[in-house]
Amino acid sequence: MNRNIKDTIVESLTGVSVLLIIFIIVSILAVTIAGGWPNLNWSFLSEFPRDGMTKGGIFPAIIGTAIMTLIMAVAAVPFGVVTAVYLAEYANEKSWFAKTIRFAVKTLAVVPSIIFGLFGLGFFIGFVGKNMDGLLNGGELKWGQPNILWASLTMALLTLPVVIVAVEEAIRTIPREMREASLALGATKWQTIKKVVLPGSVSGILTGTILAVSRGAGEVAPILFTGAAYFLSDLPHSLSDQFMSLGYHIYIMSTQSSDVDATLPIQFATTLVLLLLTFSLNAIAVVLRYKIRKNRK
Amino acid sequence: MRLQLYLDIKSEKTENKNTIMNDTKVEVNNLSLYYGTNLALKNISMNISEKQVTAFIGPSGCGKSTFLRTLNRMNDLIDNVTIKGDVLIDNINIYDKNIDVVDLRKKVGMIFQKSNPFAKSVYENIAFGPRINGINQKSKLDEIVEVSLRQAAIWDEVKDRLFNSALSLSGGQQQRICIARTLAVNPEIILMDEPASALDPISTAKIEELIHELKTRYTIIIVTHNMQQAARTSDYTAFFYMGNLVEMNKTEKIFSNPAKRQTEDYISGRFG
Repeated sequence: MNRNIKDTIVESLTGVSVLLIIFIIVSILAVTIAGGWPNLNWSFLSEFPRDGMTKGGIFPAIIGTAIMTLIMAVAAVPFGVVTAVYLAEYANEKSWFAKTIRFAVKTLAVVPSIIFGLFGLGFFIGFVGKNMDGLLNGGELKWGQPNILWASLTMALLTLPVVIVAVEEAIRTIPREMREASLALGATKWQTIKKVVLPGSVSGILTGTILAVSRGAGEVAPILFTGAAYFLSDLPHSLSDQFMSLGYHIYIMSTQSSDVDATLPIQFATTLVLLLLTFSLNAIAVVLRYKIRKNRK
Repeated sequence: MRLQLYLDIKSEKTENKNTIMNDTKVEVNNLSLYYGTNLALKNISMNISEKQVTAFIGPSGCGKSTFLRTLNRMNDLIDNVTIKGDVLIDNINIYDKNIDVVDLRKKVGMIFQKSNPFAKSVYENIAFGPRINGINQKSKLDEIVEVSLRQAAIWDEVKDRLFNSALSLSGGQQQRICIARTLAVNPEIILMDEPASALDPISTAKIEELIHELKTRYTIIIVTHNMQQAARTSDYTAFFYMGNLVEMNKTEKIFSNPAKRQTEDYISGRFG
């Protein structure tokens, strides 16, 4: 075959692929916005579901998602930052220990999210919670069942690699000269990390946090068995309460509802809220990451 | 090598009486440094006089910067470096097992080739060292900041913008901020690794002038590529070549009448 024809074919194929991707994105957005926008209003955001969840709003799902991601961030960010500091500052790259941690972080990042859900069920609820009940409540069931704490911690495990990778990347952009300046003034390694490295990595820590929150806000599988509820007439008041979440709400609305057609507007509007939330969080993360890369020069 | 002794005896005969008073601040005995198995510094011995300026010259890769960094143990940060021999500062071997590197680096400050102020205000840059040493009293910090900036001859230029970012200053000013930051921890020795190589001639002149003033209080060791700079600023000059200390002597001697052929070739610009 003529080389020019081959070139033309390859170019057309790559072009078609790109168009296909754009088409998919645009369709998702168009369908979601068209179906969701007319139903999106203040009462939808601020009311509880009504009439067997065929009417009303998604207020408890928004609040539940917010609280869950907050607890998740409180757990995942410090843990992730500490791990990233170890990997970037203390670990000897060639040691088996550092290699093992790196392998574990990479593996954690590719484990299917449903596995995290099962792990949370087995570990947090079946093991930690059950033993807490045995020790603290005389065997009475309180922690040994799904709740917002276990769901958040399960989600924290899922998002941990995101935090570690983002923070380590930011720490590595701190120039060696800055560390040397600090050490040459008689600072200890820890003082250097605390006063030079971490303050310089703030935007990376923030990026990692936002990416983790945006991932956690959208995931359903990890919270399926660990704390998300079908419907609650009240917001969670304690860590041992269950909660409603946006992603799970979409799932049950579209599969478990008594009248799937009647809930269609709610499904669209909830999807739109979730998309707007994760898109805007990701956009902030992209801007922050761009700023870090620019600082690196 | 017993050059210092030789110099002291010799200087007694000359009119320069000051050098007789010189005490040895740093004594290096048979120092060798390996990167892995690669020998980068070969059996170096020298004495460095207190409150004098000693310049290290030599072509790129000759080991002068590496040697400078052995004097505050900055090479500790690099994996795979092995050091043999002794470095005695005030007669104490800094490679001894019970030496606290953190204390050593407070005593032996360092100025780097590329000015490296922290992304903090001028004030916070200078206060960094005192703060990590536990000084938090504001009046005390204010005093240290002012005295250090005055000593580094930059107080007048920055006194109205102490709380602006140090990164907003010019390159030459940033380097003097770094010098002030080092002075704030009250070192006895200041190592300078090509401190003016990235600066324009006017800023360079200011740094050189500053070195001249600082030597009344500090022992200064400067690595430089610029032979005129070595000639202008230093009292003693050491010429390094391929990991060897070829020759060390009074600066005027090195530049007027070097003992070794290699030194003469280098300073006359035949290589390097």
